[in-house]
Amino acid sequence: MSNLKGIAASSGIAIAKAYKLAVPDLSFKKESIKDATKEIERLTNALEVSKSELEKIKEHARASLGDEHAEIFSAHLLVLSDPELINPIKDKIESEQVNAEFALDETAQMFIQMFENMDNEYMRERAADIKDVTKRVMAHLLNVSFPNPALINEEVVVIAEDLTPSDTAQLNKQFVKGFTTNIGGRTSHSAIMARSLEIPAVVGTKEVTAKINDGDFVIVDGIDGEVIINPSDDVIASYKEKLQQFEQQKQEWAKLKDEPTVSADGTHVELVANIGTPEDVTGVLNNGGEGVGLYRTEFLYMGKKELPTEEEQFESYKAVLEQMGDKPVVVRTLDIGGDKELPYLELPEEMNPFLGYRAIRLCLERDDIFRTQLRALLRASVFGNLKIMFPMIATLDEFRQAKALLLEEKEKLVAEGVEVSDAIEIGIMVEIPSTAVIARQFAKEVDFFSIGTNDLIQYTLAADRMNERVSYLYQPYHPAILNLVHNVIEAAHAEGKWAGMCGEMAGDSIAIPILLGLGLDEFSMSATSILPARTQIKGLSKEELASYKDTLLNMNTADEVEAFIREKTNQ
Amino acid sequence: MAVEKTVTITDETGVHARPATVLVNKAGSFASEMTLEYNGKSINLKSIMGVMSLGIPQGAEIKIIAEGSDEEEAVNAVVDVIKSEGLGE
Repeated sequence: MSNLKGIAASSGIAIAKAYKLAVPDLSFKKESIKDATKEIERLTNALEVSKSELEKIKEHARASLGDEHAEIFSAHLLVLSDPELINPIKDKIESEQVNAEFALDETAQMFIQMFENMDNEYMRERAADIKDVTKRVMAHLLNVSFPNPALINEEVVVIAEDLTPSDTAQLNKQFVKGFTTNIGGRTSHSAIMARSLEIPAVVGTKEVTAKINDGDFVIVDGIDGEVIINPSDDVIASYKEKLQQFEQQKQEWAKLKDEPTVSADGTHVELVANIGTPEDVTGVLNNGGEGVGLYRTEFLYMGKKELPTEEEQFESYKAVLEQMGDKPVVVRTLDIGGDKELPYLELPEEMNPFLGYRAIRLCLERDDIFRTQLRALLRASVFGNLKIMFPMIATLDEFRQAKALLLEEKEKLVAEGVEVSDAIEIGIMVEIPSTAVIARQFAKEVDFFSIGTNDLIQYTLAADRMNERVSYLYQPYHPAILNLVHNVIEAAHAEGKWAGMCGEMAGDSIAIPILLGLGLDEFSMSATSILPARTQIKGLSKEELASYKDTLLNMNTADEVEAFIREKTNQ
Repeated sequence: MAVEKTVTITDETGVHARPATVLVNKAGSFASEMTLEYNGKSINLKSIMGVMSLGIPQGAEIKIIAEGSDEEEAVNAVVDVIKSEGLGE
């Protein structure tokens, strides 16, 4: 039995067999062969097995993700039947009397290089497709197992270096009980996806893939951030008990599902959820969310080969708005760049992507992309209570330009006879310190603020949140952050507007009392954090917390703030 | 005696992944040898990598050629697919 420490990314406990999502060792030697017919037969068999696997994956993807995501596998299947690829491999085996592994690798490499050298990003991506399928065939030639997350059909815990959004999209919640990764933090995509899928996860363990073998028995404790490998029966029993307590606690929380969020002294605040796709709405409603505080639309653009059409976007926005009924839905317009890339946009690499060409900066220049999204949103606006929010606003001018484009598209739609809601609130995300500092000026023009703390913290303390060596500087309770947040809330209220928060901080049990005291109106968090937060707020007095405001804002360090709150709220 | 037909690509993104897949699948269902000619290059229409390597853009004139027992039917079927997919005319 051994233990690994990591970051608790999604709460709950999973106890199951390990399923390693790693590319196996595909190294081979060049060998001379005597019987070319037999070698070609070996190749043909490997191709057939690969094709039948891909057929299954394609069907799975079609059923769970839709036709469009399944298309990529149709292309993969065609590569495996491509005479221009397969015949040269067979010829090589025959004429050079070499093993199938060598012939496959040499031939595939030639095509991969040909595609990689093309001057078009789209074509270069085809190289990745060929790599992908030849790896699968190679694994079958070498008789090593090749991971197929979509084909998992028994209860497992997934072990991986990292999980990309498309990996997570392939995971079937029925069988995947939890996952753990080497890299990542609470705000990485894998962690965010785990919370929206509501499966336990521990990330950033550094060495989980090295320590765990396929078939090992594993406990993933997403409450305390621990991974236990091959636990004894006693340990399993104690974790089963812990899981039971967690389930009981969840049932307690569930009693508050349909109740409003009210503090002990009667102040109402809104607890809403962060979502990435229309499928996440079920989780929001099951967890008693009073709305959607952040709909991250970039997932519509990611894991694809081209930009989503207006129609596709419209359907997604409409689906979310309809399901939420009259509850508010804050949609953030495209926030791409930084750690979120879109290969098909062919953006040049940057030295400092977090300080570079991203989000609204990109949208204002590529207004063809932006206008398409705005039109889709405007058309969907009549199906619910839509609010639109622009990300990464650094200057008033950017907000004015974005708003002008929105109004232009609205006018065009109205002229075309399309119905558009007149009650859409237009706000901004406050994640750049310059905007937080002059929030008073912004408050005159925007309808609301939503403070994006993940980025606000990294920009204020000048610490890249993807860089683990400076992760100690990621300090949500830093007095500078509290002062900025306070300034934004005051500015909003002075103009009769509302202020929300949609970073991880909004669901944090130390931050919640601080934010309630500062007067925050809306807290947007992972759906699974809503009921614990509602329970906590029920026990807090807003008036008492507000009386600590000056003390907190004048503190010297984040540690002082944390210790003070822990003492006052018995945590 | 081969059969051939020429079409113009009208889709604004040209022959990209999805339509290329459909074309190759269709070509693969016939016994005839099938070739696609574009810009002086000619490739095997039953090869997905061949078709995609041409990077056929909007406005391109492409020639579909078939030679074999079902050549007439094969060319017509591929041209029909190009039209029904909104890829060209």
